[in-house]
Amino acid sequence: MIKKFDKKDEESGSGSNPFQHLEKSAVLQEARIFNETPINPRRCLHILTKIIYLLNQGEHFGTMEATEAFFAMTRLFQSNDQTLRRMCYLTIKEMANISEDVIIVTSSLTKDMTGKEDVYRGPAIRALCRITDTTMLQAIERYMKQAIVDKVPSVSSSALVSSLHMVKMSYDVVKRWVNEAQEAASSDNIMVQYHALGLLYHLRKNDRLAVSKMLNKFTKSGLKSPFAYCMLIRIASKLLEETEAGHDSPLFDFIESCLRNKHEMVVYEAASAIVHMPNCTARELAPAVSVLQLFCSSPKAALRYAAVRTLNKVAMKHPSAVTACNLDLENLITDSNRSIATLAITTLLKTGSESSVDRLMKQISSFVSEISDEFKVVVVQAISALCQKYPRKHSVMMNFLSNMLRDDGGFEYKRAIVDCIISIIEENPESKETGLAHLCEFIEDCEHTVLATKILHLLGKEGPRTPSPSKYIRFIFNRVVLESEAVRAAAVSALAKFGAQNDDLLPSVLVLMQRCMMDSDDEVRDRATFYMNVLQQKQKALNAAYIFNGLSVSVPGLEKSLHQYTLEPTEKPFDMKSVPLANTPITEQKTEFAPVATSKLPEKPGPTRQDIYQEQLAAIPEFQGLGSLFKTSEAVQLTEAETEYVVRCVKHTFARHMVFQFDCTNTLNDQLLQKVMVQMEPSEAYEVLHYVPAANLPYSQPGSCYSLVRLPEDDPTAVSCTFSCTLKYLVKDCDPNTGEPDDDGYDDEYVLEDLEVTVADHIQKVLKPNFAAAWDEVGGDFEKEETFALASVRTLDEAVGNIISFLGMQPCERSDKVPENKNSHILFLAGGCLQGNTNRSGTRLVSLMAHVLSNLLNVDHGNTELLLSFMENSFLFLEISK
Amino acid sequence: MTAQTCPRQHQRTTMEIASLEPSLYTVKAVFILDNDGNRLLSKYYDKELYPSMKEQKNFEKNVFNKTHKADNEIAFVEGMTIVYKCSIDLFFYVVGSSQENELMLMAVLNCLFESLGQILRKNVERRCLLDNMDGVFLVVDEIIDGGVILESDPQQVIQKVNYRLDGSEQAYGFDLFDYIVGNIDGQTDRSQCA
Repeated sequence: MIKKFDKKDEESGSGSNPFQHLEKSAVLQEARIFNETPINPRRCLHILTKIIYLLNQGEHFGTMEATEAFFAMTRLFQSNDQTLRRMCYLTIKEMANISEDVIIVTSSLTKDMTGKEDVYRGPAIRALCRITDTTMLQAIERYMKQAIVDKVPSVSSSALVSSLHMVKMSYDVVKRWVNEAQEAASSDNIMVQYHALGLLYHLRKNDRLAVSKMLNKFTKSGLKSPFAYCMLIRIASKLLEETEAGHDSPLFDFIESCLRNKHEMVVYEAASAIVHMPNCTARELAPAVSVLQLFCSSPKAALRYAAVRTLNKVAMKHPSAVTACNLDLENLITDSNRSIATLAITTLLKTGSESSVDRLMKQISSFVSEISDEFKVVVVQAISALCQKYPRKHSVMMNFLSNMLRDDGGFEYKRAIVDCIISIIEENPESKETGLAHLCEFIEDCEHTVLATKILHLLGKEGPRTPSPSKYIRFIFNRVVLESEAVRAAAVSALAKFGAQNDDLLPSVLVLMQRCMMDSDDEVRDRATFYMNVLQQKQKALNAAYIFNGLSVSVPGLEKSLHQYTLEPTEKPFDMKSVPLANTPITEQKTEFAPVATSKLPEKPGPTRQDIYQEQLAAIPEFQGLGSLFKTSEAVQLTEAETEYVVRCVKHTFARHMVFQFDCTNTLNDQLLQKVMVQMEPSEAYEVLHYVPAANLPYSQPGSCYSLVRLPEDDPTAVSCTFSCTLKYLVKDCDPNTGEPDDDGYDDEYVLEDLEVTVADHIQKVLKPNFAAAWDEVGGDFEKEETFALASVRTLDEAVGNIISFLGMQPCERSDKVPENKNSHILFLAGGCLQGNTNRSGTRLVSLMAHVLSNLLNVDHGNTELLLSFMENSFLFLEISK
Repeated sequence: MTAQTCPRQHQRTTMEIASLEPSLYTVKAVFILDNDGNRLLSKYYDKELYPSMKEQKNFEKNVFNKTHKADNEIAFVEGMTIVYKCSIDLFFYVVGSSQENELMLMAVLNCLFESLGQILRKNVERRCLLDNMDGVFLVVDEIIDGGVILESDPQQVIQKVNYRLDGSEQAYGFDLFDYIVGNIDGQTDRSQCA
């Protein structure tokens, strides 16, 4: 480094850095001249500059040496050199955290902040506030109040900004300066206005009414500062969002009027605020989109970037609103700023027609290597969205993606590509082989363990079912030879799946396994030995249970059960059936154009929702002895959204009981509810055993009450039931401000909507990655076939959707997606019925389903046929034909 | 685990926009680098963003690598919006969050650049900047205070800083002598003090 600079010095003579060879100890030595009299301002200034420079370079100063230098520096206040004094303030701020006893300069700073020299006053205030704590703040409070309303703008601004910094530390003190801030807000100076507005908002932001009044005042009076306008727009849009006010509100009008402001900054802020509002209609978006369109042809790169980035955002939700800008966006795809070009192209990909895809992809591939990873991810997301929109384009996309996969890039980028390829494979069976080939090539040279294991898992799942599975074996075995432990272990598991599914490959797989048993890593050896032994048995059932489908229990649940088992010594072997089933994670329907969100999810599964409920319920004495929680339903609303009391119900199913959890919220601030419970009247043989009321339900604090219900034992078909529910409680009026209740109260009740218990509440979803293997594992003994006609459904899609939601089972192998133009479809559903009493519930489920389906699917002349096969207690195989 | 998979970065590499909490804290960081990417001045205003010196320097290096080839005015790096400008052998950067109004950041950058242009008499290049580092520190201090835009008008900044240009043309009498003895040759200075 030093050598390089020396060389440069010789060349140019002016390139040297006077601070290059600074040493901290030498500089601190020099700082001794601060004590000389008379003070030499110029030399002292240089030394202070050196100290600040060193601090800025990250040089570490010990407390002792910093304190020493700091104390020496305080002497410099005797000099009247302006720049020197200003540098002293800077040094104070820089050293506030490293030196001790910095408060000794308080009096000097207080003197400067109240002195005659306006040049010193602002910076002195800012330095003073930097070293002040809550107790000392009271001492200077008077000066601060005066400074806030000072007629010199720099003083007022400094005081306002410093107050803002101190809100975090001493809210109660700063709160008292609100009147002064209010006065400052009407200043003529634009920065003072802006700072006053910022401080006022921070002091009032928790009081919605005050914020709304403030907005009202400032939007009418009209501010001069564009910064203040931007701030107002942000406050207004936040308030709009919180109050869920409609777009006819004056606040919305204000934001819209800002689209005509003379400052581009304000216009852009307003447009961006409108675009980011939830539930904006195309008509409301139009004015914002048209100003953004104008910005697209601005000579300023930042403005073009801002505009196209925001349009890109609009295109995610309202592609049609942006089509008007297509021409302007076309002009930007050759922009020299690649970020702008990328955003323009990805926006066009969302708004353009299928025919323009090829051209745009060609354009973007010409410079994809020049853009940063963040934008590459944006490109991949656009492609991913495009594949969903135009499935026929997948071959173009796949080519493009495979090229991108070969380029350099970080983990996020590679992961986005891999995810995109995987989703294409899942959507388009015909692209499976090319996609797998690209991924195989990728793992040949992949530095990211996570991606390599993910791809190996996918290969294990999909590879054996391709026409020529043998070609993947080489890629997988290469991993065993070359990679780290985690990848090797994943590769062994993948190999086992090939061996289990393809009989002709089995001998070679066994040979490879044999070699893996020599591995240096424990996990790899263990897996190899385990799979070797399973495979040698050549039994389908074993393969299915131990190679394809693995454990279907919830891991935290298993941990808990095992712990419980070790606590109570018993002769009985551990029963796997006592462990709650893993609920398949509820994969939220990805919003079509925002696949990014999913990548933010934490990698490790925490305790699931059901595990959390299990804990909560176990804590209630009445519910002990119910066994383990079998299934928890989604919450059902029992009231309209805008009523006095909001009640939703979560149904918990146990082996012989159900617990209904009612989460209630009281939205009346002048009432306190006590002894809240929901009375339930069942329509069938269900029996309500016990109510657990919520003792208190104060305003806006949710509380829960419970009902315990016994399931009917004798009638297996009586699964569904309707409960009429009434909320019963004791009302006490109370003071809305203090929440203090009156002593007397009266009983009251409130009728809720009916609550349904359906088949789905008795069935837990189970994901079987390899359905056929699981089906075979069960064997034919339990099979039952019946044919139903579907009366009311018109399309296969609709039939599939209805059946899944009604039965509450897990569709496997993506069989919930019906290919277009098909007359029949096979749906694989897997689910578990109540555990622990398999026989009973097994027969129960079969008869139950037959019963339910015959009710549901009206046997009369339907045009859609449904062939059902039931299996044991957990599977369902449906063939639906039209 | 490679550096790229650190969880903190995961959150920031996406361009998702959440609604913006109204706040005056606009600027996350500002820095000036030379044409080798070395830091000449840098201030980080958000303590949670790159708390350690190592992370800061890595970020600066990353930003520099992505921006020094073309003067494109704006970039998006590690989830942050960055506006920048270069002048001869200097690079000026202003960093804001991905949701920040880009034009506000530009206003800060322009103010910084023009103010420095004035105090350095248009010689916005490395040597001149380093010779007047005190003035540069003061200018930055007047434009941004703890992340809040304090002033955006270069004239006002110049007036508030009231800085005398340091260097050959302005040096006079005793000051010139002092300048040569005390600072060009640090060795002499040290021996005097010792």
